[in-house]
Amino acid sequence: MDLSRLQKVSDFEWRVQPKAAMRVPAVLFADEALALQMDDKVYEQMVAVATLPGIVQASYAMPDAHWGYGFPIGGVAAFDPEDGVVSAGGVGFDISCGVRTLTTGLTFADVGPCKSMLADALFEEIPAGVGSRGAITLDDHGMDAMLSGGAGWAVEQGYGEAADLTRTEEGGCMAGADPAQVSARAKQRQRREMGTLGSGNHYLEIQRVSKIFDQRVANAYGLGQDELLVTIHCGSRGLGHQIGTEFLREMVNASASFGIELPDRELACAPICSELGQRYLGAMRAGINCALANRQIVAHLARAVFARFFPGASLALLFDVSHNTCKVEAHEVGGVVRPLYVHRKGATRAFGPGHTELAPPLKTVGQPVLVGGSMGTASYVLAGTASSEQRALSSACHGAGRAMSRNAAKRRWRGREVVDDLARRGILIRSPSLRGVAEEAPGAYKDVTAVVDAADAAGLARKVACLTPVVCIKG
Amino acid sequence: MSTANCSARWWHFAHEADAGLAASGSSVAEVFEQIALAMTAVITHEPIETKTCVEVRCRGSDRELLLIDWLNELIFEMATRGLVFSRYEVDIDGDRLTAKAYGERVDPVRHRPAVEPKGATYTALAVREDADGCWQARCVVDV
Repeated sequence: MDLSRLQKVSDFEWRVQPKAAMRVPAVLFADEALALQMDDKVYEQMVAVATLPGIVQASYAMPDAHWGYGFPIGGVAAFDPEDGVVSAGGVGFDISCGVRTLTTGLTFADVGPCKSMLADALFEEIPAGVGSRGAITLDDHGMDAMLSGGAGWAVEQGYGEAADLTRTEEGGCMAGADPAQVSARAKQRQRREMGTLGSGNHYLEIQRVSKIFDQRVANAYGLGQDELLVTIHCGSRGLGHQIGTEFLREMVNASASFGIELPDRELACAPICSELGQRYLGAMRAGINCALANRQIVAHLARAVFARFFPGASLALLFDVSHNTCKVEAHEVGGVVRPLYVHRKGATRAFGPGHTELAPPLKTVGQPVLVGGSMGTASYVLAGTASSEQRALSSACHGAGRAMSRNAAKRRWRGREVVDDLARRGILIRSPSLRGVAEEAPGAYKDVTAVVDAADAAGLARKVACLTPVVCIKG
Repeated sequence: MSTANCSARWWHFAHEADAGLAASGSSVAEVFEQIALAMTAVITHEPIETKTCVEVRCRGSDRELLLIDWLNELIFEMATRGLVFSRYEVDIDGDRLTAKAYGERVDPVRHRPAVEPKGATYTALAVREDADGCWQARCVVDV
């Protein structure tokens, strides 16, 4: 990114003052090296988002921002309920894609001897990759119940425990979901996809707590040095993709009728108070519930595998975050607390200590912010801070962010070599596709440590622990 | 108008997170066939047999939106039927697209599919005719 077009506010914050059609500033949180590495398209997209009607405060880009469609990935934008818009491209196709981390109470030494068998068993039991199907087939009634109930529905069906719900955003059930707004085609696409990881950058990892930065918060989160965690990264599968596809198309057609002038069709949106806006919100919230239920089921499958190997082990949910959403939240703007429709696309909510939506003991230390690495690199647990509210409406980064296209990665690495190289470093990869492994090679991503350090230094979230992969089931 | 010397081909262009599809051809129909092959190549490079045929229909006067609809219909058919396609026959008459997609059930062992397309986006979207009468199309597909 050409930084001459941005004003440097601090070592970790860059700003574009409103000009031309921009209604608010665009703010990028990154150190100079990360910002320089970003595509100029990130600049164009964060500036374009700042032109949308009813946007409040600023168009934000997180330290892992990269070129998306419409909004940058790593983009955050909040809109006024009356004058603002909701954008299907501002949420993304993979509605409520997110990360869930469970503690195991096991240490690295416990698992060492059976690591390979454990990896094989997880790969066997958890459907991953293109065309994989889950064991659950939902009929019409079951589908609607799932779309209304989210992770709560999954618990009722026997997947996991009620205690999981207090460790899931929205208590595991997104209010305002309207299954009737989800098309028959979207439901058809989901019928056999519950409890599946999907493909691309989705995964299930066993990770080791390799470093603790904040012992007090780590204690509150139940994280101990060398303990093992299970982290799941996946989303709303075909249902979310189809909702995104259909509403993006409808918003492209309807934008002109709303009198919204768009710099590009990819920013298609609808007024929040319009019939289309409300229908999208109802469907998108149902998509959030689908993702929450999906991660709840995948976690259940992982628990069943661990129970076979370690009968006494208890996999407790640390937290479940979603990083592709639009949610109504109360935020302080100009000294006044008001409801806003906050889009986070490839960005994680990061509520600070004391937030009313957090249950004890998380309330005293802030929400866990789960930042996924790429296969073979570290992941991080951070904590929401009080300062994040003022910095970026309580938002932080979501991952490393790609630095290289899939084709470039494929040309550079071979899947077998990536797997062998990681195995030499003690990291076991199981994946249905070696080409998929090459495309997701660790080197194709930005340095997650630099991203997390920038998020910490910018006051978006505080580092708590670094996690290194032990086993990765790659979709 | 279409020209005979315009080569039908597809390629991928770089997009950081997703898949950039591009194609050229002597007609809109041909360029749509080619860009669908570019999408198949995102999923797999392995041989795909043409055991099954699926009919696809979409309608729209805006060629770019028609391209979006065409790719999204294929994504839907692949996802719900568990198929991958290797050959496409597209016919465009006015604002109507009718097509046949030939392929087979995806086989994880044989096809080793790398990634599943989620949907076609409006980023870098273009369908246009060059000065020499050659058609070009581009689309970014979220994967």
